Amino acid sequence: MKENVLEVKNLKTYFTLKSERIGSEPEVVKAVNDLSFEVKKGEILGIVGESGCGKSTLGKTIMRLNHKTEGTISYKGSEIFDLDKNELKDFRKEMQMVFQDPFSSLNPRKKVGDLLAQPLKIHGMTDKKEIDEKINAIMREVGINPAYKGRFPHQFSGGQRQRIGIARALMLNPEFIICDEAVSALDVSIQAQVINLLLDLHDKYGFTYIFIAHDLAVVEFISTRILVMYLGKIVETADKDVLVKTHMHPYTKALFNAFPATDPQGRENKEQVVMGDVPSPIKPPSGCHFHPRCPHAKDICREKYPELKEVEPGHKVACWLYE
Amino acid sequence: MKDTNTRETLLSMENVNVSFKTHRGTVRAVRNLNLKINKGDTLALVGESGCGKSVTAHTINQLIPMPPGVIESGKVIFEGRDLLKLNIKEVAKLRGEKISMIFQEPMTSLNPVFKIGDQIAEVFMTHRQISRKEALKRTVDLLNLVKIPAAEKRINDYPHQLSGGMRQRAMIAMALASPEPGLLIADEPTTALDVTIQAQILRLISDLKKDVNMSVLLITHDMGVVAETADRVVVMYAGRKVEEADVYSLFDNPKHPYTLGLLNSLPSNEKYHNAERLEAIKGTIPDLLTIGDGCPFENRCPDAGPKCSGTFPEETKIGEDHSVWCHYLENQEPSK
Amino acid sequence: MENTEQNKLEKNSLLKEALFQLKGNKPAIIGFIIIAAFIIMAIFAPYLTPFSPTDQDISIRKTAPFVTEHLLGTDDLGRDLLTRIIFGSRISLIIGTISVGISLTFGILIGLLSGYIGGWFDNIVQRLVDIMLAFPYILLTIVIVALLGPSLVNAMIAIGISQIPSYIRVVRASVLAEKENDYVTAERSLGASDRELMFKSILPNCIAPIFVQATLGIGNAILSSAALSFLGLGAQPPTPEWGLMIASSREFVTSAWWIVTFPGIAVFLTVLGFNLLADGLRDVLDPRMKS
Repeated sequence: MKENVLEVKNLKTYFTLKSERIGSEPEVVKAVNDLSFEVKKGEILGIVGESGCGKSTLGKTIMRLNHKTEGTISYKGSEIFDLDKNELKDFRKEMQMVFQDPFSSLNPRKKVGDLLAQPLKIHGMTDKKEIDEKINAIMREVGINPAYKGRFPHQFSGGQRQRIGIARALMLNPEFIICDEAVSALDVSIQAQVINLLLDLHDKYGFTYIFIAHDLAVVEFISTRILVMYLGKIVETADKDVLVKTHMHPYTKALFNAFPATDPQGRENKEQVVMGDVPSPIKPPSGCHFHPRCPHAKDICREKYPELKEVEPGHKVACWLYE
Repeated sequence: MKDTNTRETLLSMENVNVSFKTHRGTVRAVRNLNLKINKGDTLALVGESGCGKSVTAHTINQLIPMPPGVIESGKVIFEGRDLLKLNIKEVAKLRGEKISMIFQEPMTSLNPVFKIGDQIAEVFMTHRQISRKEALKRTVDLLNLVKIPAAEKRINDYPHQLSGGMRQRAMIAMALASPEPGLLIADEPTTALDVTIQAQILRLISDLKKDVNMSVLLITHDMGVVAETADRVVVMYAGRKVEEADVYSLFDNPKHPYTLGLLNSLPSNEKYHNAERLEAIKGTIPDLLTIGDGCPFENRCPDAGPKCSGTFPEETKIGEDHSVWCHYLENQEPSK
Repeated sequence: MENTEQNKLEKNSLLKEALFQLKGNKPAIIGFIIIAAFIIMAIFAPYLTPFSPTDQDISIRKTAPFVTEHLLGTDDLGRDLLTRIIFGSRISLIIGTISVGISLTFGILIGLLSGYIGGWFDNIVQRLVDIMLAFPYILLTIVIVALLGPSLVNAMIAIGISQIPSYIRVVRASVLAEKENDYVTAERSLGASDRELMFKSILPNCIAPIFVQATLGIGNAILSSAALSFLGLGAQPPTPEWGLMIASSREFVTSAWWIVTFPGIAVFLTVLGFNLLADGLRDVLDPRMKS
C-alpha cells in the first residue's frame, strides 16, 4: 500500500448567494457537501460528474483557490488552510493545476516565454540562463518547439495552448497535478494526444493526478480510481477496473448508460435513458439527491441521505439499495 | 436502412464552395461539397473544428454572413428549387415553414424578454390564420410532445427559467411549430448539455423524426452521437468531404485514414479496455488560409504518398452506399 | 465550429485587425486626420506662421479675414487670429494630455483596487464615485478651481480631478470582467502576489477600454478648459487659449464675427476629431460593441 498524499475529511464548501429580495433568506449553494476521500501517491484519481456536481469547486478548494466552510484537507500531513505565507508558497510549488479552457487560462498579453518564466520568478529563480534552459527543456518535453517562445498564446492552436498550460504546471517540478477538465475543450484527435502526454508524464515523473472531467470515457481511460459525484456528494467510488465492471449506484449506471457508444449496433434496443433534469444545487432534493430521477427510489430515499459505505474492499457506494 | 438510395431526396448540395475573406487572406471553408439528404433520414456531418460542417449548415439556411463570406459556386436544391437563387423574402419564408434550425446554445436563439409559450405560439400565428388562444393550446400540445413536464405552466416561463435541456426541447418544439417541418438542422444540439440530458434529447429527436417524418441534418464533432442517431454519415476534414456511408458501414469498416484516426482517438473505443495509450492522430489541423489543392489530411496521414499533395482524390466506391476520397486506400493495413 | 476558427483569426493580431477595421470606418479616419493636423500644428507652431501670437498692433485691429496677409483676420488688439489659433492648439494639447494624465493615474489605481479587492472597499469607492458623478460636471470643476484659484494649471488639475470617477468606472468594470478569467486563477495558483496579479496580469488586458475613454477624455478636457477660460477661471490673458479668445471677444459678435467664430470652430473641430476617433476605436477594440 502506498502512502496517502492527500486526505480530505468531511470537506464542505458552501457559497452564499446574494438574496434576491430584500429581507429574504440568502440562498446557500452546497457545492461540496461533506466529502471524504484520500489520494495515494502516484495514483490517478478521476472525478466524474455532470454540471453542478461540485467537481471543479472541489479541485479549486484543494488548491486553496476557494474557501472551505468546514472539514480538513491535509496534504502530506499538514492542513493546507493553516499554512502560513512561506509554507503556502512551498505548497504552490508542489501542487499545480491545468485548466479547462486553453483560451482563457493563458494571459493573452504575455509571450509564451514569459508565461513559463513566471512561476520560476515567483519562486525566486533569477538566473536568466538557468530559466531559459529550463523553459527549453520543458517545452521540448510537452512537444512545443522552444523556438516559439516569443509567440503569444493566440498564435497557437487549442491543443498547443493546452500543452503550454501543462508546461507551465511542470515548471516548478510539482508532485501533484490537478487537471480540471483539461482535455474537454479540445478536438478528439488533439484530445488523444494530450491524454497520452499526461500519461507519459505520469509514468516518467510519478506524478499524482486528480483528473476532473465530465466525460466518462476520458476519465475511465486515464484513471486508476474513479470517484463519481452528484450534487456535491460522492455517490460511488472504486478502482477503475472494478467500477467499469460493476457500477452499483443507479446514477453511475445512468451515466454509463447515457454515454453514447461508438457503435451503432444495437442502438434500437438500448435501455431506457434516465429521465428528468439535473436539479439545481441551490435546492437539492431531500434525502438522496438522486431519488427523483432514480427508477428504484423507495420511501427512505426521500427522507434520509444514505451514507457512503464500503460494499467490497475499496468500493464504496452511497445508496439505500445496498444497505 | 438499406433502401436509402431508393428514397426520395429532400435536399441536395452540388459542388458547393464557400470562402471567407479576411484581412489575412481567403479562408476556403467548404470545397466542392456534394451531399444529399433523403426524406425521413438523419444525415450526420461529423468532423473537428474548422472542418466546414457548420458553414455547410449555414449555407443551406443562408445564414452565412456576407461579407466576409462568399458562396463561390454550387447549388442547394430543396424540393426542386435552388435555394441560392431565392431572394431574401423567399428564403425567410422557407426558413419559417420548412427548414428550421436548433443550435448548441438555445439561450442565444430564444428571445429572453418573451415567455416561451408566446414565442412558440407566434410561430403558429405567423403561418396559420388562428387565434392566440388556439395557438397557445397547440403550443401546450407541442411542449407535451417534446416531453416538457407541466407544459401548461411552463408556457408562462421565460427562457432563463428553464434548464439547458428544457430550453433545447423548447427550441425543438418551435421547429415543429412550423407548418411543414421538412428539415431540421441541428448544429451541435447536445454539446452544451450533460450526458444524461444529451441522451434524452437525442432520443427525442429520433422519436420525433419517425412521428413527424422529418429529415434531420445533424452537425456534430462527437462520433458517439453519430453512432446513436445517424442513418447516413458524411465525414469532413478541412472543408472537404473525405468519407460518406450509411452509419453501419462507416463504423464497421471505416476506410479513410482520417475516419480511422478519429475513431482510434476516442477513449471510449472498445479496443482500449486495457490499453496504455490512445492512438492519436499526430500533428494539427492545417491552416485553411494556406491550404493547397491536395488532400488536406496529407500532413497528418500515416498512409500519405506522393500523389496526396498534388490533387484531391476522386471518389472510390467501396460499397453500395459507402464512398471514400483517398489516393492510397490500398496502403492501409486491414483494420480491426 | 467555424466561429471559433474566425475568433482565432480575429484574436490572432488584435492590433492589426483593429487597424484593418479602422480603415473601413470613415468617421474614425476623419477624426484621425483632424487630430493629426492638430498635433502637427501644435508641434510646428512657430514655423507655420510669420506672426507672433501676442504682439499687438492697434493699427490693424479687427482686420476682416481673407483680405490681407492675416488670413483669418486680426482681433481687437490687432493680433493675427490664425497665429493665435495655431499657438492655442499647443495649449489645448497640453491641457488635454495633462488633465487626462491626472485622471488616468488616479482612475486606474483606484479602479483597479476597487475592482480587484471588492467587498467593503469597493462599496465605499463606488458610493464616492456616485456622489461625484451626481454633481454637474462643470460645476464640480468650477468648485475645484475656485478652491485652488483661477489659472491654467489649476484648471488642468480641476478637469483632471473631476474626470477621475468616470475612469474609475471604466477600469473597475473591465477589471471585474478580466478577474473572472482562468488565467488569473492559474497565475494565483502558481503563487503570484496580488500586486503582480493586478498590475502585470489584469491591467494590461484592460487597456483597450481605458484607451477609448482617454481619447474621449482629451476632447472633453479641451472643451472644459475652453469653458473654464471663457468664465475667466482658466487661462489668463494674453495666453492664446481658445476659450479665452472667445470670451474676450464676445462683445464683437455683431461687429467682427470672425474673432469669435474661428476659435469656436477650432474647439469644435478638435473635440469632434477626438470623439470620432474614440467612437471608431470603441467599435474595433471593445468586443461588446461588436455585432
